[in-house]
Amino acid sequence: MSLIVESVAKRFDRFPALKGASFTAPRGAFVALLGPSGSGKTTLLRILGGLEFADTGRVTYENEDWLAKPARERRAGFVFQHYALFRHMTVEKNVAFGLEVRPRRSRPPRAEIARRVRELLALVQLDDLGKRYPSQLSGGQRQRVALARALAIEPRMLLLDEPFGALDAKVRKDLRHWLRALHERLGLTTIFVTHDQEEALELADLVAVLNAGQIEQIGTPAELREQPATPFVADFLGGNLGQPRAANVTRLHRH
Amino acid sequence: MALIAHPRGATEDRRSVRVLSVAVAIAFVVLFLLLPLATVFSQALANGLDFALAALKDPDALSAIRLTLLTAAIAVPLNTLFGAAAAWAITKFDFRGKGFLVTLIDLPFSVSPVISGLVYVLIFGMAGWIGPFLRAHDIKIIFALPGIVLATMFVTFPFVARELIPLMSDQGREEEEAAISLGASGRSIFWRVTLPNIKWGLLYGVLLCNARAMGEFGAVSVVSGHIRGQTDTMPLHVEILYNDYQFVGAFAVASLLALLALVTLALKSFLEWRYADEIAAVHRH
Repeated sequence: MSLIVESVAKRFDRFPALKGASFTAPRGAFVALLGPSGSGKTTLLRILGGLEFADTGRVTYENEDWLAKPARERRAGFVFQHYALFRHMTVEKNVAFGLEVRPRRSRPPRAEIARRVRELLALVQLDDLGKRYPSQLSGGQRQRVALARALAIEPRMLLLDEPFGALDAKVRKDLRHWLRALHERLGLTTIFVTHDQEEALELADLVAVLNAGQIEQIGTPAELREQPATPFVADFLGGNLGQPRAANVTRLHRH
Repeated sequence: MALIAHPRGATEDRRSVRVLSVAVAIAFVVLFLLLPLATVFSQALANGLDFALAALKDPDALSAIRLTLLTAAIAVPLNTLFGAAAAWAITKFDFRGKGFLVTLIDLPFSVSPVISGLVYVLIFGMAGWIGPFLRAHDIKIIFALPGIVLATMFVTFPFVARELIPLMSDQGREEEEAAISLGASGRSIFWRVTLPNIKWGLLYGVLLCNARAMGEFGAVSVVSGHIRGQTDTMPLHVEILYNDYQFVGAFAVASLLALLALVTLALKSFLEWRYADEIAAVHRH
């Protein structure tokens, strides 16, 4: 297993946001963290990205102590729900940012940066919009710029925090398919936070269902559909998917 | 079918209401803003331009101008630094006592400048708390430049911070977080992300702070001691000349102060006009 998360916990003041979450995922997996708001999914993602510090727990990624690395050295491409584009920079400058802030010895030459930016904008299908400012783009376009910006640093993992949360239903659907196709092409380990069960089941290889700071169940979409481990999982995935089996329920309650 | 007499939009007022409210606003601006300004300039030029210029070339007047510029040159950069640091701390971090700090920043706005001047006299004056210490080491604060700078800084402290806090809290921390995850160091985050996003707010804050620093009267009046040619700033000099019945001189110096304010306003409007696109891009997202 390439990503191993062990009992990661975090509290804010007195409120326990995460009460010991554990899961593992193979290299190149597309993992969805699914749960209602306040379930701790975004906190877990931010801990993986280094934007928040875990109180306790371990994360190992590709045999490295991941939490010991400072955020800026992790090369974890982070995509925010509200894009977080640099509003005073053009699209090109946004995408180039991660390359331009590198120390001089590891910074690619200017022509190389320009070439990479062009490539990435082509990848996210925004070839002609390089000179625009973020405020001149639609929501879906902004989110693709944010993705191109995150990909520019050749990230070791991709972290997406409800990337489609602020978009309308039609754009959401299109981008969802496009993102899945992109993942197949790049093969990057991707962790994806969402509260939309349909999105999680359709996109991910593995879905972790979170509730009140704990992972209730992790499995493939098929496993979750057929064998929800707890009433919460069954309920959250939708009433029409059947009640959890009696055996599972008792097992959980003794747990 | 009868036509409605005055078709108008749902949110549109009656014509008479519109005309009346605009007229009241214009009358107010003319009476309370333009007329006094015009009076200042016309009084200064009452005996001709040469006379007014001569009043400005008086050694005491020149000394007052120098002192005012020097005070602003020290107080404004320091307050810019402190204001930006305070706004940064308040908007980008969570800590205990944050609300109290915000209230404290507003204190100079709510305290009468005269009182703040008096407090400095009580602390640094000859009979003040550390007066004996200062006297023993031959350090002059009250009735000297340091006191004037301190009083000016106190009064003008909120301008930069007040301008930046709403702007920065509106912008949030997300862009900085994105920059960190893209591998930027603290320094490049500040220069490439934070500063460009706040530069217009910062500039307005600095302009307002400067205008007030040059015009401050109350607090400076208490700590300055009114020593002509030494501790008189421009506003104080205006008062002295006026009390001496040297009206032309008083209004000449006052005109210069008013001109500084007008230049500040013009500069602000020019920048707003010149960079309208960029400012709009930074404010909406």
